[in-house]
Formats: sequence, structure tokens, C-alpha cells
Amino acid sequence: MAAAADIFGADTSFDGPMISLRNLRVSYSGREILHGINFDVQRGETLVILGGSGSGKSTLLRTLVGLEKPTSGEVWIRGKNFSAISESDRDEIRKRLGMSFQGGALFGSMTVGENVALPLREHTKLEDSTVEIMVRLKLDQVGLSGFEDFLPSQLSGGMKKRAAVARALAMDPEILFFDEPSAGLDPIIAAGIDQLILELKKAFHMTIIVVTHELASAFLIADRMVLINKGDVVALGTTEEMKNSKHPRVRQFLDRIPEPAVAQELDYLQMLTEPATKSGEGRQGKSR
Amino acid sequence: MEFFGKIGSSVEGSLAYVGSLTMLAGRAAYFTFIGPFQGKPLRFQRAVSQAMEAGVRALPILSLITFFIGLILALQAAYELKRFGAISFVASAVALSMTRELGPLITAVIVIGRSGSAFAAELGTMKVSEEIDALETMAINPVSFLVAPKFIAMLLMLPCLTIWANFMGILGGSLFGVAQADFTFPRYIVASLDALFMRDVLTGLIKSFMFGATITAVGCLEGLNTTGGAEQVGRSTTRAVVMSIFLVILVDLVFTMLFYFLGEH
Repeated sequence: MAAAADIFGADTSFDGPMISLRNLRVSYSGREILHGINFDVQRGETLVILGGSGSGKSTLLRTLVGLEKPTSGEVWIRGKNFSAISESDRDEIRKRLGMSFQGGALFGSMTVGENVALPLREHTKLEDSTVEIMVRLKLDQVGLSGFEDFLPSQLSGGMKKRAAVARALAMDPEILFFDEPSAGLDPIIAAGIDQLILELKKAFHMTIIVVTHELASAFLIADRMVLINKGDVVALGTTEEMKNSKHPRVRQFLDRIPEPAVAQELDYLQMLTEPATKSGEGRQGKSR
Repeated sequence: MEFFGKIGSSVEGSLAYVGSLTMLAGRAAYFTFIGPFQGKPLRFQRAVSQAMEAGVRALPILSLITFFIGLILALQAAYELKRFGAISFVASAVALSMTRELGPLITAVIVIGRSGSAFAAELGTMKVSEEIDALETMAINPVSFLVAPKFIAMLLMLPCLTIWANFMGILGGSLFGVAQADFTFPRYIVASLDALFMRDVLTGLIKSFMFGATITAVGCLEGLNTTGGAEQVGRSTTRAVVMSIFLVILVDLVFTMLFYFLGEH
């Protein structure tokens, strides 16, 4: 334990899969959103979770960071069963996770600098001067040097997102989560965020989970991808494997083919209720 | 049958609501009184800034309104007292009704309008913009970080504001007393103080303490329960205000009854 400890005194020597999902099921008010998801994420890997609107990919991400509780199945993070441990143990793990929310979720009443400093002030006993230096470093890392004293409302969409990434990086997390990093951004700024993710991956060997439906961005940053459809894993594989997949759902998603027009109410109902996959290709975690 | 079913389910709903209010207040109390001894930080600085906002900044409007209320009370009381030639009792009438009832109540209503609504709007906005979620993923407990400082601030400030409101009400009454009832200002004040027992002031303060807890719990709960978008924040704020006023009156009734029957013996 003492051999590998970071500046916060946390043990960094774990070398199993960083994230491991075992038959994960999640329901909202009686309706099951995720129907038994299984996959592992290794240290240093960038996994992109792809899926259309309402596929359950955001619920999956929220469950991974502990904002939703699984109805059954398990989420293992760094070898700990995230949903079965005590609140304080869960908080210990959370301190090693960074999450960048879709809209940034910066605290509007605090400056950018205070936002980034908040986790440091809450969880470490670092001197104010040290915190200030770390805040400057993190903002530098995301290309926002000199914006410490700005309020989030004074920043553009892209800058807000960068500031949110800086806050997520504050505690030097081992796993970084991104919810739709390029949603609502113009292509140039979105490309900048992709670049930032690639830099983080290269420089810190961080494990990165990205939820998106931007295909170009996904293929640029991913080591592996998983396609979620109607709460099931349709396909899981490297970017190459995905590109060459013949699975109809994968093809439809990657080639951007619209859903067939709905002629009859009955067809529509069937479309909503049919199982997500017909063939088992590339499929993990068959549960029904 | 359906009628009784509806009554049953609405009673059940009300009890569940009171239950979640109590739970939130309990968790805030935990982070205020027990948490600090278990190494969890007490956010004193945040409580102070909340107290400034909810308490100190409310003083001008509170002073003005309670001054007027005191004056109105004096006028209304004098209307009846005059017929019995007992106009000199106006001082005690104003002092008693301010300290026992209207001081705490008017203060609570003003604080609901200023702070209860602000709590719901603040937490509601934070909820819909995922800021509450962000706190949780950063391992910062939202109740400890956001709700507990508000409780500390309100439980301290509401009794203080109430004392001030009582004083301003008596001052308002003295305006009438001096102008119309042959009092000098010092004699009016002495007459007011003579009419008051410690018990009168104390029961008012106990009530205002309970009002503070109620307003904070409702404002925060409505804020945290917000789902959806900006429109829902407005709805939560409205609900917080209406619910707070109702519950404050209810708490008032319960405690007034309690004091009445306790006072008999």
C-alpha cells in the first residue's frame, strides 16, 4: 500500500480491470432501462459508449458514477463492488473519479477558480497557496489560464466544458467520465475537446469513459467502443472491429440509416418492444 | 367508497411529505451537530454568509413592515378600548399581540418570501443543471454542503429577527400611544414592558425557532425534488412559498394550543 501512493495518500497500485459490470440492470419507476450489461474496462483504456437517444447510455454512465442504483447486478470499480459498499467507502472511490457533465454543471455562484478548487478544499488539507497553484495548473492543462476569476456565466459553451474538465481533473482522478463532451459545441471547439481527451490519455494514462453519439469524435478517441440499444449491449469491440461489423444495428448506427418509416401503429409498437438484437454477433451479456 | 379512498391517499401523501421534511431536517441536524465530531467539516463560513443573506439583509423591510403592524394593532385595539375608557391598555395590547403572535408570524412570512423561495430556486436550479449530481460525484454530500448551512443560519437568525420585529412593533404602537393616548414615549415603553412576562417573549421565540426549521426544510426539499427544466424551478418555488406559509400557520396553531394548555396548570 505504502509503495504506491499519490499526493493525497491514496493507494494507486490496483491493477485489475478499473471497471467491471456484471449483469447490470437499472430501472426507473418500474420500467427497466438497462437489461443486464456486462463489460470490463482496463486501466488506461478509452471506452466510448455509443447509442441513440433513449438507448440507456446516459443511465449507464450515471450508474457507473453512482448517481443511480442498480436494481440487480454489480458495478465493480477498482475491485470494489460500488453499489454494496458503505457511503463513506463509496466516497473514497468517488474521490478518484472525475466526471464532466453535459452542460458543465459548474457552480454558478463560484468563480471558475473556486469551482476547480472545491474538491481540493473539501478533500485535502493542502494550503491555500498550494490549492491556487494546482488550480492554475489544471486550468492551464485545459487551455483556460487566466480565467480563475471569471464566473461560469461569463464563459462560452466550449470554455465552460473545459472548465468542467479542469474541475474533474482537480483530484488527479484515475477514471474520467465524459457525458456528451461535444454536445452543443461547434465542430472546431468539439475537435478541441477531442484533442484534450487524447492529450489526457497520452499524458496521464487515464482510464476514460465517454458517452457520445458523435461518430467522428468516437472513432478518433476510442480504443474500444460499446453500442447500446434499448438497454442492451449490441456490440463491443475495438474501433476496427466496429468499423467492419456486419451487425445490422451497428451498420445502421455507423452508416446513419434512419429507422424505417412507421406505417401502422402495430409496427410502431413492435418496433418499441422487439428485442434489441436479432443476431448474436459481437454481443456480450445476453441476458434475456 | 372512492371518496374515502381519496381522503386516505391524500392523508398518506401528506404524512409522507412531513416524513421527508423531518428526514431532511434530521440529516441536516446530523451534519451540524454530529458530523463535526466524526471528522466531517462544519461549513461555518457558508452558514455565516447564509445568515447575512437571510437575516441581516431582511432587517430594513422587516423593520418597516413590523413598525406598520404595530401601528395598525394600536389603532385597531384603541377602537374597541376607547369605548370602555381603557385606551391606556393599548400599550399592553400591542406588546402582547406582537410578542406572542404577530412578531414571530410576520417575521416568518417575510422570511418565507425572501429566503424560503430563494432556497427552493437555488437548489432547484442546481438540481436541473446537474450541479447537485456534480457534488455527489465529487464525494461532497449536498445536504452537508448546501442544506445544513441554511438550517444553521435560519435557526439562529429567525429568533433574532423576531426579537427585532417585536421591538419595532412596540415602537410602531408607541407612535399612536404618544400621539393619541396621552402617553409619553418612556411611559409607553414602560407600560409595554410591564405587560410582558418572560413567558410571552419565550413562547414567541420557541415558535420562531420552529418556523425557521419548517421554512428551511420546505424550501430545500422543494428545491431538491425539482425535476425537469427551468419551468419546474418556478413551480418548486411557488410550492415552497405556499407550503411554507401553510405549515408555519399549522405549527403556530399546534404550539399556541400547547402553550395554552400548558399555561393552564
